[in-house]
Amino acid sequence: MKNYKETEKYALQIRIEAINMMYKHGFGHVGGSLSIADAIAVLYQDQMKYNPQNPKWDGRDYLVMSKGHCGPALYSALALKGFFPVEELLTINNIGTRLPSHCDKNKTPGIDMTTGSLGQGVSCALGMAIGLKIQGKDNIVYSIIGDGESQEGQVWETLMIAPNKKIKNFIILQDNNKQQLDGFTDDISPLGDMRQKAEDFGWFALSVDGHDVEAINDAIEQCKKSEKPGFIVLNTIKGKGWPAIEGADGNHAFRTPFFLAKGADDVLASLRKELAEM
Amino acid sequence: MAKIIKEKIEDIELTRAFRDEMIELARTNPAIAAVEADVGNCAYGPNFKKEFPDRYYDLGICEQSMSSIAAGMSAVGMIPFAHSFAVFASRRMCDQNYISCAYAQNNVKIVASAPGISSGENGGTHHANEDIALMRPITNIKIMEPADSTAMKWAVKNAAENFGIYYIRAERLKADKIYEDDTDFALGKANIIRDGSDVTLIAEGSLMLGTCLKSADILEKEGISARVVDIFTIKPIDTDMLVKCANETGAFVTAENHSITGGLAAAVTEALCDQGCGVPVKRIGIPNRFGEVGQVPDLQKVMHMMPEDVADAAHQAILLKK
Repeated sequence: MKNYKETEKYALQIRIEAINMMYKHGFGHVGGSLSIADAIAVLYQDQMKYNPQNPKWDGRDYLVMSKGHCGPALYSALALKGFFPVEELLTINNIGTRLPSHCDKNKTPGIDMTTGSLGQGVSCALGMAIGLKIQGKDNIVYSIIGDGESQEGQVWETLMIAPNKKIKNFIILQDNNKQQLDGFTDDISPLGDMRQKAEDFGWFALSVDGHDVEAINDAIEQCKKSEKPGFIVLNTIKGKGWPAIEGADGNHAFRTPFFLAKGADDVLASLRKELAEM
Repeated sequence: MAKIIKEKIEDIELTRAFRDEMIELARTNPAIAAVEADVGNCAYGPNFKKEFPDRYYDLGICEQSMSSIAAGMSAVGMIPFAHSFAVFASRRMCDQNYISCAYAQNNVKIVASAPGISSGENGGTHHANEDIALMRPITNIKIMEPADSTAMKWAVKNAAENFGIYYIRAERLKADKIYEDDTDFALGKANIIRDGSDVTLIAEGSLMLGTCLKSADILEKEGISARVVDIFTIKPIDTDMLVKCANETGAFVTAENHSITGGLAAAVTEALCDQGCGVPVKRIGIPNRFGEVGQVPDLQKVMHMMPEDVADAAHQAILLKK
């Protein structure tokens, strides 16, 4: 039996560093960074091929964070794996930083695509998978999209094109945290059963608990064995790991007063204690 | 130096020249790939597909995705040429060209066919009269409008060999050949096609270059010596040539198959302004109005883009000289 203790520990560290950097800076997209932390932990702990000393190693697997505003979770994961110093996380969003709010492949070691205009990243990821197919390579391209982001037309074009062009080695992870900037996805424009829809479009599609690292890992393993592109719905909670903001209004992005009102210092102390006891 | 053909020879379509050169390059460079959004057949896409089926991706009708997908392909080392009608390659793909391609510093070559009124019978929905205006402010983008097949082949080769985002306009009209096959071009360098001393007619594209050459004939009969310049590259623009023409002729007419706002006229006047060249510039192109359905020669009349219109503008520019 594979032991997921290290993955769980890594996910917790990602949450701590992500909250800390945004709190210290005074602004950030906290909710979506916390909902995707477990999937990112699985990718960098258990699945992806990469080399922190050579981030552009051509044998690596690629990750496109299409919901680019959740860069902080990914920056934490990359720093913890040695792509750059953990202390650098505190430079987020300061002038001249290598860590902008939204992911930028030209600034940050380990970031594979510039994203932030929702819908475009996942199309770019498909393009990377097409390019690798033309070159006869088997690197895997992963892309993380949001459920709110899935309202963008380009997401649906990607869902149509990838199976039609018989693209393998391409796995989309949809962070179904059920909230978007303006409120709950179901109140704004519900997406329905995304797993079924992806399957109907020709994907190998699964739906799992997005906070269960073993389930996420198993789902990715199954996708890798399929001849179809993979689509994994991650059922998650926006703000996961910070009880006061889990599923709460206004947890998409916030500034210092909200951090203080929701007890950022206390939650960091509590998460660090939990980590020490793991 | 540009070598100008003296005799009249009918050229091939510029979309054909684009595709022929792409095929030629793809034979030795495995990174060259074609992406299309269901108008590949209008730009000789099947010729490429026949020889390189694994490198030809017709994605279906999804121009915005095409731009982003091309960006992603380039991020893993491919050199994609993404073609569509200019109206889609610019207005429809604007944000993707900006973010996925340019801002992300990817390596995509956008080929925009049937720009301006050259999409004639498809009507106003298909007339890209603002594409240069939309693309020109994008940081580091290269914008070219080759005026004949020789220039087009050089443009495609230059785009393939140099990293960055290119926007290449490709008229589908048949026109006269301008340049000898062995002409050597340079990015950001305009060419004098016909010399003159009283006024400079600056053209972009085959349609308006041909129009300006006819206009120069009209003016010659009136005793006016008109210089005709093929701008070739709209961004970067050839500031040295503009200053030279300002000093030597003292008046300009810009002639473009595009709105007179934001395109060639804007690029020329911005450059002259930066250099402190206070010379009159009259603008020929699509005025402040939408396109409409019609055949190209009729649209050229309706839009006041005929040789006679250019000649009238030249008269006015000359009168405005200090």
